[in-house]
Amino acid sequence: MKKESKVFRINARGLYYKELNEKVHQAVNSGTEELVLDNVNGQRYIGDGLAGDVKITINGVPGNDLAVFMDGPTIVVNSNAQDGIGNTMNAGKIVVHGDVGDIAGHSMRGGKIYIRGSAGYRTGIHMKSYKDLYPVIIIGGTVRDFLGEYMAGGLIVVLGLNRERSQRSTVHSPQKKIKGYGLPTMDYRLVGNYCGTGMHGGTMYIRGDIEDYQLGKEVKKFRLNDEDDKMLGKYLKEYCACFSLDFKEVMDTDFVKLIPHTHRPYGRLYAY
Amino acid sequence: MDRFHEKDISGCGIIGIMEQSGKRFSGRDIITSIASMRERANGLGGGFAAYGIYPEFKRDWCFHMMFENKSAMVQTEEYIRDNYKIVKDEIIPTKEDKSIKYRPLLWRYFLQPKEEKKKLHYDITEEDFVAKTVIEINTRISGAFVASSGKNMGVFKGVGYPEDIGRFYRLEEYEAYIWTAHGRFPTNTVGWWGGAHPFGLLDWSVIHNGEISSYGINKRFLLNYGYVCAFFTDTEVITYLFDLLVRKHKLSFEVAADILTAPFWDDIERQSEEKREISQALRIIYGSALVNGPFSVIVANTNTMVGLNDRIKLRPLVAATSGNKLYIASEESAIREVCPTPDEVWMPKAGEPVIGRLKGKNG
Repeated sequence: MKKESKVFRINARGLYYKELNEKVHQAVNSGTEELVLDNVNGQRYIGDGLAGDVKITINGVPGNDLAVFMDGPTIVVNSNAQDGIGNTMNAGKIVVHGDVGDIAGHSMRGGKIYIRGSAGYRTGIHMKSYKDLYPVIIIGGTVRDFLGEYMAGGLIVVLGLNRERSQRSTVHSPQKKIKGYGLPTMDYRLVGNYCGTGMHGGTMYIRGDIEDYQLGKEVKKFRLNDEDDKMLGKYLKEYCACFSLDFKEVMDTDFVKLIPHTHRPYGRLYAY
Repeated sequence: MDRFHEKDISGCGIIGIMEQSGKRFSGRDIITSIASMRERANGLGGGFAAYGIYPEFKRDWCFHMMFENKSAMVQTEEYIRDNYKIVKDEIIPTKEDKSIKYRPLLWRYFLQPKEEKKKLHYDITEEDFVAKTVIEINTRISGAFVASSGKNMGVFKGVGYPEDIGRFYRLEEYEAYIWTAHGRFPTNTVGWWGGAHPFGLLDWSVIHNGEISSYGINKRFLLNYGYVCAFFTDTEVITYLFDLLVRKHKLSFEVAADILTAPFWDDIERQSEEKREISQALRIIYGSALVNGPFSVIVANTNTMVGLNDRIKLRPLVAATSGNKLYIASEESAIREVCPTPDEVWMPKAGEPVIGRLKGKNG
């Protein structure tokens, strides 16, 4: 019999990352199912290796490698996040209401990363699926170069919402009252260059078009088939619910599908 | 090479804050900000550059000196006295900090070059005269190091965590309109007082996270223009490149960035005809000034602060503004530590400079 779980709050102001993460682990180990971390700023590795059905809400900007090795919990970030979120994550969900830095989902092999804003360079680098694990990254805004570099499995979706916002946007919606939760340079381009370089597994759906020169040598562009639509719809519905977006509106634009045309791009590199 | 430590997972941390109106503020914020990125350093180097700190001596060249021993100081002073009028000299005030165990003798000089000495060098500018002095001292006088040599600015650095170095130099007592700070995690050269960042020459200061794999090419290129890279550090190379391109060749920072982090040939092909011609010319003329390898740098001089990333974004860099203040840092949290609600926060594009300019000046 489960007891009704209480929300456990931690004031992270001035806490060294080790201290904060110990407190989080202690709380989870003693049965807390919902945590709120206030005044977080730059503490690394929050949610590291954490397992179980736990929800952690982060107010403030968490430090690098958020949810590294995480195995189950849900983390909601009400602002921007830094580099390396979901690094080698196994299961669970990260919801970011702002933007994220570089290498989001680095080597991730399961779970979901839903980003309302934009993402930096090398998003989804080395991500892979494993048995029944299937990692998914959805980016609401735009992404920079090297999206899905060396990608081996899983799904990346780029929506390019709010691109009308200029290169440098000011205030991003989810927390209007809080000044400065901006999208870092909103790139007017949906996806950067070298997209899918070294990709040999997995799928990307891009809402809008992408020029051939932007693609890595290993990737080809296709139209979505019924199965793709089903797959996209399944995750996008959940994504839209996270951010109160209108699913139909988001689906209103055509997507392209990117998949590798060989699963062994370097197979012949050293073979004579 | 006696100070190698076991490898930690880390990378240098950098931050720059500029009040573009020229209004000066204390060093407290920059210390707080760099302290929040302690994980990025390992205690083997920390330092700060500050602009606008000596308004009462703003016409004099200020040398921040580090001396390993008394004889280095005697030799240096003799050399300086030969060439300059010493307007004022004093010990750089410090405060004991138990984390800082060794320290060289730290002294500052406010100087005016002697006219008759300048004349000995046919048509040399005053800047070149001073730069020559700096390179002479650094390469000829053993145990003496010029940490900075600009006007109305100074570099404060040493071996330690940056926040300790900042308190050691009592930076909260200074006021500047540009502050930059660096927490070092030395990878290719040993941690020593002179090797900490920022690197300074004239009013330039450079802080840097990463490494320059084109070091050899850049160094040979610079040698043609009289720059002797004496310290085997990447920071030194970047400083001289900016000095050459911006001060001597009078190029804008935008163009300098297009040289250091030139667009790829593929991208040049897709540029407009006009732009393509410029890009091709720059790559041909300044090909050896192209900087390769993973880096993010913050460069400052009297009128400007510039943040720049390598071309494929292999090191972190975030920028923000709040009123007239421009922030550039390795991590967004370092900015929010002192500016919780900036007007804008963004990630600069790889190879595209973020430029802060003093209002009313052309940087």
